[in-house]
Amino acid sequence: MSAKVAFTIDGKTVQGEQGQTILQAAALASIYIPHLCAMKGLSPWGSCRVCTVLVNGRPQAACTTPVAEGAVVENDTAELKDLRSSLVEMLFVEGNHYCMFCEKSGNCELQAMAYRLGILAMRHPYMFPVRTLDASHPDVMVELNRCILCARCIRASQELDGKHVFDFVGRGSHRHIGVNAATGAGGTNLKVTDKAAEACPVGSIVKKRVGFAVPIGQRLYDSKPIGSAIESGRAAKG
Amino acid sequence: MSVAKRIVIEPVTRVEGHGKVVILLDENKKVISARLHIVEFRGFERFIQGRPFWEVPVLVQRLCGICPVSHHLAAAKAMDRIVGGENLTPTAEKIRRLMHYGQMYQSHALHFFHLASPDLLFGFDADVAIRNVIGVAGKYPALAVQAVLMRKYGQEIIKATAGKKIHGTGAIPGGVNKNLSIAERDVFLRDADQQMTWAQSAVKIAKDYTVANLAKLAPFGSFDSNHLSLVRADGAMDLYHGNLRAIDAEGKVIFDQVDYQSYVDFIAEEVRDWSYMKFPFIRSIGPEKGWYRVGPLARLNTAKFIDTPLAEAARKEFIAVTSGKPNNLTMAYHWARMIELVHAMEKIHALLNDKDLQGTDLVVKGERREVGIGLLEAPRGTLFHHYKVDKNDQVVSANLIVSTTNNNEPMNRAVAKVAQDHLQGVEITEGLLNHVEVAIRAYDPCLSCATHALGQMPMELTLVDYQGQILDRKSRG
Repeated sequence: MSAKVAFTIDGKTVQGEQGQTILQAAALASIYIPHLCAMKGLSPWGSCRVCTVLVNGRPQAACTTPVAEGAVVENDTAELKDLRSSLVEMLFVEGNHYCMFCEKSGNCELQAMAYRLGILAMRHPYMFPVRTLDASHPDVMVELNRCILCARCIRASQELDGKHVFDFVGRGSHRHIGVNAATGAGGTNLKVTDKAAEACPVGSIVKKRVGFAVPIGQRLYDSKPIGSAIESGRAAKG
Repeated sequence: MSVAKRIVIEPVTRVEGHGKVVILLDENKKVISARLHIVEFRGFERFIQGRPFWEVPVLVQRLCGICPVSHHLAAAKAMDRIVGGENLTPTAEKIRRLMHYGQMYQSHALHFFHLASPDLLFGFDADVAIRNVIGVAGKYPALAVQAVLMRKYGQEIIKATAGKKIHGTGAIPGGVNKNLSIAERDVFLRDADQQMTWAQSAVKIAKDYTVANLAKLAPFGSFDSNHLSLVRADGAMDLYHGNLRAIDAEGKVIFDQVDYQSYVDFIAEEVRDWSYMKFPFIRSIGPEKGWYRVGPLARLNTAKFIDTPLAEAARKEFIAVTSGKPNNLTMAYHWARMIELVHAMEKIHALLNDKDLQGTDLVVKGERREVGIGLLEAPRGTLFHHYKVDKNDQVVSANLIVSTTNNNEPMNRAVAKVAQDHLQGVEITEGLLNHVEVAIRAYDPCLSCATHALGQMPMELTLVDYQGQILDRKSRG
């Protein structure tokens, strides 16, 4: 059994285990640290920085920072909320996120995060990038307009499916998700039952012809904000 | 060479979307023609290209904030064809119908009470400062409250069936995504009798007003025209589904029981260089005389009967005015609209007592197709949605003929008629401005969806000669 590590989050003592990240230990203690690129069952990634906390006064990504004995972690502060809001707003403006007709609305982690953070308007100008929609796969649609480059599909494909369907292509602002076939997703060995087809936090990789099958009111975040499962302790049990 | 002059009216108030009216005069200062310009362009048909087909019913309803349900359902009907699910389960069809009648109810209440009633209650020439919905609320508070609650009732039905009052997601290809619970149903049943009473009082207001002012209203913006709508197989009015029927101004049948999947063989669209909005016409007659009217007036004219008793009784009173012949009076639209309001409420009441609404068999699928056409009778008239979808499930092309587009030529005719009757000299008077607005509002307070406006409405009237010289201009809004 791993050694216990005691530290505090917003003054509350948390018992973690050596080798855990702050995000993991916090979730087990029913403390929600907002995050997008982190996903249970996938290796830590640390790209979105939405889980940024102050560890002994220094900004760190909670999803990649291991717990440390005696660490003082600040999570739920006005300053961090503003920082996270700015990061999430950047994700919105650098893509083409039209929630009003997106089938992921109500089940979208990015949208739910914006609601949780109370984002009403973007402080940055919209970039309106030109991106593509790949509908070549018979059962899965890859809609890059909505991609936030979290790499969850890349990791799920490699780590859970044992495949290499997705990876990053390009650099800087040109970076985007590519597939390992010149003909598009339809030319890959991606299956609709793959974990990679379910890992997307936004509406970028969706199962075809499901659309709006779940009515408004019964969607994941219709009645409770994102993070509620962790705060209620359900995530710890699961 | 004769010198023509043009009068332009913009903006028209209480009309959704930005309209501009240009009146062209000849050298004798007589009206040659009127052109109702819808100045914005939206382009939904273009930007849904490439989108997945299941997204379309939710996307295209953004054309409008007043009648999104109509676009939502017309697109869903088209996508039913794509997935081979056009034979809906009883629950799915009845939930959609309930949604549609709720929409019809709230939209007709809005159109009549909020947008048109100020003209009827205060007179066309009344001061604009009181001739508005606030003025109605001040002078007729009980009526204003009733109007608000009627609209609310329809919107709550939309929310219960589509998930939201505006821009919901209830209709999906091949069916619906929810049924109506007993608890939801009981809320509507509780108020149904009150709503029915109000709907009947509304049709009485419209009838009494029209009959009492018939001498004044009969010539107002009126002209003979063909009429087109969907009707049921037995000829009854059916606002959700049916076959196309067209009649001429005398009631002679042009075509009947046409399966709308073949509408392109019967209806064509003419493009005119001065308008973003196309001009549909009946192919067999041609563009010159083949244009037609749609909407409540046309539906009352094309239907052989209405299958709900109160609305049918009201219809009989309506057709008695013209001795059973088609009614071609522009201002009779409001009366016809209120008869449909009663019909919608009767249908809502009947549906609420139907146990199929609590069924759980919601979606069907069949043979996949690449073309989907969906039509229904929207509050303002027949609405056409036509899509092609490729094997990757992406929309390749779309053609939307919305109610206002169908009524494009009639609205131009109505404005020209009003201008001929009310233009004095080459000056735009308040009276002319008011009368033009009243004529447009009889058809459609919603211009935006027709060319699919970006941004806000209002409208202006300009009087110009054929050389482009502006003689007068008035705007409002």
